[in-house]
Amino acid sequence: MRTFRRRFFENKTAVVCLIVLLLLALAAAFAPVLSPYDPTQMFQDHRMEGSSGEFILGTDQFGRDIMSRIIYGARVSLMVGISSVLVSVAFGTLFGLIAGYFGRWIDGLVMRVMDVLFAFPEILLALAIVAALGPGAFNTILAIGIVNIPIFTRTVRGAVLSIKNQEYVESARAIGASTPRILFLEIFPNVTAPLLVQASLAISGAILTESALSFLGLGIQPPDPSWGGMISEARRYMELAPGMIIWPCVAMTITILSCNMFGDAVRDILDPRHRGK
Amino acid sequence: MTKPLLEIKSLTKHFVSKKGFFGQEKVVRAVDGVDLTIYPGETVSIVGESGCGKSTTGRCILRLIEPTAGEVFFEGRDICKLSPADLRGVRRDMQLVFQDPFASLNPRKTVGRILEDPLIVHGIGTAQERQKRVEEIIEIVGLSKQHLSRFPHEFSGGQRQRIGIARALILRPKLIVADEPVSALDVSIQAQILNLMQDLQKEFQLTYLFISHDLSVVRHISDRVAVMYLGRVVEVADKESLYRNPTHPYTQALLSAVPVPDPKRELQRIILEGDLPSPSNPPAGCTFHPRCRSCMDVCRSEIPLLRQKEEGHWVSCHLE
Repeated sequence: MRTFRRRFFENKTAVVCLIVLLLLALAAAFAPVLSPYDPTQMFQDHRMEGSSGEFILGTDQFGRDIMSRIIYGARVSLMVGISSVLVSVAFGTLFGLIAGYFGRWIDGLVMRVMDVLFAFPEILLALAIVAALGPGAFNTILAIGIVNIPIFTRTVRGAVLSIKNQEYVESARAIGASTPRILFLEIFPNVTAPLLVQASLAISGAILTESALSFLGLGIQPPDPSWGGMISEARRYMELAPGMIIWPCVAMTITILSCNMFGDAVRDILDPRHRGK
Repeated sequence: MTKPLLEIKSLTKHFVSKKGFFGQEKVVRAVDGVDLTIYPGETVSIVGESGCGKSTTGRCILRLIEPTAGEVFFEGRDICKLSPADLRGVRRDMQLVFQDPFASLNPRKTVGRILEDPLIVHGIGTAQERQKRVEEIIEIVGLSKQHLSRFPHEFSGGQRQRIGIARALILRPKLIVADEPVSALDVSIQAQILNLMQDLQKEFQLTYLFISHDLSVVRHISDRVAVMYLGRVVEVADKESLYRNPTHPYTQALLSAVPVPDPKRELQRIILEGDLPSPSNPPAGCTFHPRCRSCMDVCRSEIPLLRQKEEGHWVSCHLE
């Protein structure tokens, strides 16, 4: 663990991405303090304006401040991204541990169900779930969470398969430890590394899916600000006020890029084959 | 004669492997009818080449692998018929020391935690009492209290094996199955660990089932030795009797392969012909007959039974 910390701080990509993500998280947390205006407040005299001293990133078709909406949108994106990944991690870990450890028909059953989930295109499945449950932040989180469960199940199952035959697992059985104890106290701590990598990659995917759902009108409902919703609304005024579409896209690109690069960097750090590079 | 601590009767483990969905089932006879009796306080070794089923036997005794057939009596109770709850109780009394000290300790746990876990699992003592017992045991195996907060990767192989022994010992078991406990270690460290194990045996009245392929190590530590070949015990005897007077041709060949650290002594090496047959398709009759230099007709058709050659010296061979 100590070497992990040292190698992490030696990796410039990882550190830079972590800083960007922390800044984003801080911005989202302190949105009411940081944003110049209320994100839903309409300035009737300032519709679709470009950047100015008053409105740093301009205003939208209702005269709402884009900067404030982006900062509040970061809240939604990060919250949906992180909570939906937590949902997937929780269920994926449980299923993966069970499938990997018990093997045989349990493994077959769990993994075939996951294959079925995998067979649907991500966005289509999320759409179907939201359509069934109804739109809204909570249902969006649930839908994206369910869509990502198979990825985590596979990751965890693979790790468990290689760990469960280690002698320390056998020694726990020899001691008389119960199966849940072996699963969560012996095996689980050893699958956290691949899980962390997969989670940081999945967060960016979840943010993207959330935006896509909001873009299609099924995610976060207006007037609450969300990046996907902003892009969707701005589409119609693209030629008149390009700032309206550019800024949410920039915010999203930066977030997703840092998430992905962070995940990649962590994977490189944890992978022994990349050592010495 | 005292009552045996452990009695193994025709213990059998067959692994079934299937190739593909419609593939033919293949049965690997890893352990094929092993009988062995172990008395309290003694050290019994199982020797044999790799793949002869000695580790599987050890794990079946602890029911870490479910035996296919046979009985294992521990203090008169048949372990193979115990419910999972009763089995946990019995596991306090029999513990395992592993071969690979690098794989047998969870890398994410401190040594203190590794040693405390058995106590937690069996609900022994309060937190302070457990802590005290962990501190005692770590010093008994020759490490110190400062080591408890460290992680396994900070230790050498020999130290890790000491931790593994401490973990097996902390529940005060009666029987310890040691599966090649020193074969992953340097020779000088091997001696230290073996001496530690002997000291512990005296201190805690332990009974060892010692699994090894190293005949010099076995000679050093054992009271009695069982030689295994292809899932069967071919010869059991007191150490002295076996090393002085090996009867089974396989035992003779094994013993002749022990290197003697004396360049002047002429070696009378018996070279075995051929390879170890596959346990999924063992030869008919005596499983050793294709490699045996004194093979007779009867060996090809009849499986020899263990019979007593002299007091306490059992051998399964058709030779007189």
